Amino acid sequence: MKITVMLNGKKIEEEISPDMLLIDFVRGHGCFSVKRGCETSNCGLCTVFMDDMPVLSCSVLAARASGRRVETLEGLQEEAEEFGSFIADQGAEQCGFCNPGMIMNAIALFRENPDPSDEEIKEYLAGNLCRCSGYEGQLRGIREFLEYRRSKRTGGAI
Amino acid sequence: MLKIKEYVKAESLEEAYQLNQKKKSCILGGMLWLKMGSRTIQTAIDLSGLGLDKIEETEEAFSIGCMTTLRQLEKHEGLEKLTQGAIRQSVESIVGVQFRNLATVGGSIFGRFGFSDVLTCFLALDTYVELYHGGIIPLEEFAAAKKDRDILVRLIVKKTPVHCVYMSHRNTRTDFPVLTCAVSEDGRGVRAVVGARPGRAVCIRLEEDSLEGGLDGSLDAAAEGLAAQVTTGSNMRAGASYRSVLAKVLIRRGLCRLLEERGIS
Repeated sequence: MKITVMLNGKKIEEEISPDMLLIDFVRGHGCFSVKRGCETSNCGLCTVFMDDMPVLSCSVLAARASGRRVETLEGLQEEAEEFGSFIADQGAEQCGFCNPGMIMNAIALFRENPDPSDEEIKEYLAGNLCRCSGYEGQLRGIREFLEYRRSKRTGGAI
Repeated sequence: MLKIKEYVKAESLEEAYQLNQKKKSCILGGMLWLKMGSRTIQTAIDLSGLGLDKIEETEEAFSIGCMTTLRQLEKHEGLEKLTQGAIRQSVESIVGVQFRNLATVGGSIFGRFGFSDVLTCFLALDTYVELYHGGIIPLEEFAAAKKDRDILVRLIVKKTPVHCVYMSHRNTRTDFPVLTCAVSEDGRGVRAVVGARPGRAVCIRLEEDSLEGGLDGSLDAAAEGLAAQVTTGSNMRAGASYRSVLAKVLIRRGLCRLLEERGIS
């Protein structure tokens, strides 16, 4: 079957098998930030945006993405780089495998709720598993990033 | 591994219904549970082009299309108000936001999964299902029925004033529940719904208002009486006897909250 997907701003038309998963489709187009983790829809490593909503690409048929916009970390580099540096500054990860999915979902959180509380951050990121850390480093990085954005908004005045 | 030979985006419910009459056909919901199995589907039927992904509100009811996601339920202000947050609480421990952006109400309810938080919570409300062929029937009747090849079109939640409390017990956050419990009170009386027993959720009613004694009076007896009617079983998450104890505790907590809302202490 033929699908048309807007992947990271680029229109792609392709013949696919009906049971192809979105993760395989995006990885087949060079989006290797999208990781195959648990395959049980639990870990969040394969998070992509479909029409601006974070979804698990391991659990969506590529056919269902037809006619829709799909974004991966490769398409959000500027936004991701700025936030990712705060995670790196905290030494928040060890292996880094969870990082792309975590950053994607954190960006979704910031878009939906620009000023989340600690509880809201934990709640939103509950579907992103990291098996190296205890999430404290990531939480510190997110807090620092939010603080940075706040001070940017207020011109440095707190 | 799930294999799909043909994918059809249905253009009408009639087309979807006709295609679904074959044993090897399957209606796709959020696909999250379906994907975990290893079956071969001849025709996968996608309802996502039929505009059934909305929650519509009238004066009498909320009409929830079968393709509405759990995340939409979670964020819906009208349902939040009607249920005092119970609907939101019933879905917020289901994996993560990305998962709930995919999982659909239709998939959760039509599957009548034992572990379903959503089924438990909706059973505590004045809820009906609209089936393409079977018409509108109470959710309780639907939940107890055998699976067939009809299509669940939408869920209808009547705006019957209700006090509703939702609780679940999980071994770890975002895991399947060990037990789910919703306790509600509306014009029809007090009811407790217990799910993840691990079987399908069941609804039990207090025959008369035996809570008049207040928190210190008949609460324990009422909770014990209701919990005794819940059949529990064992699986990898918990044993039957543990579930039975949990059922009594959660029902008691729910009744306690209802009494607090009545202003009885």
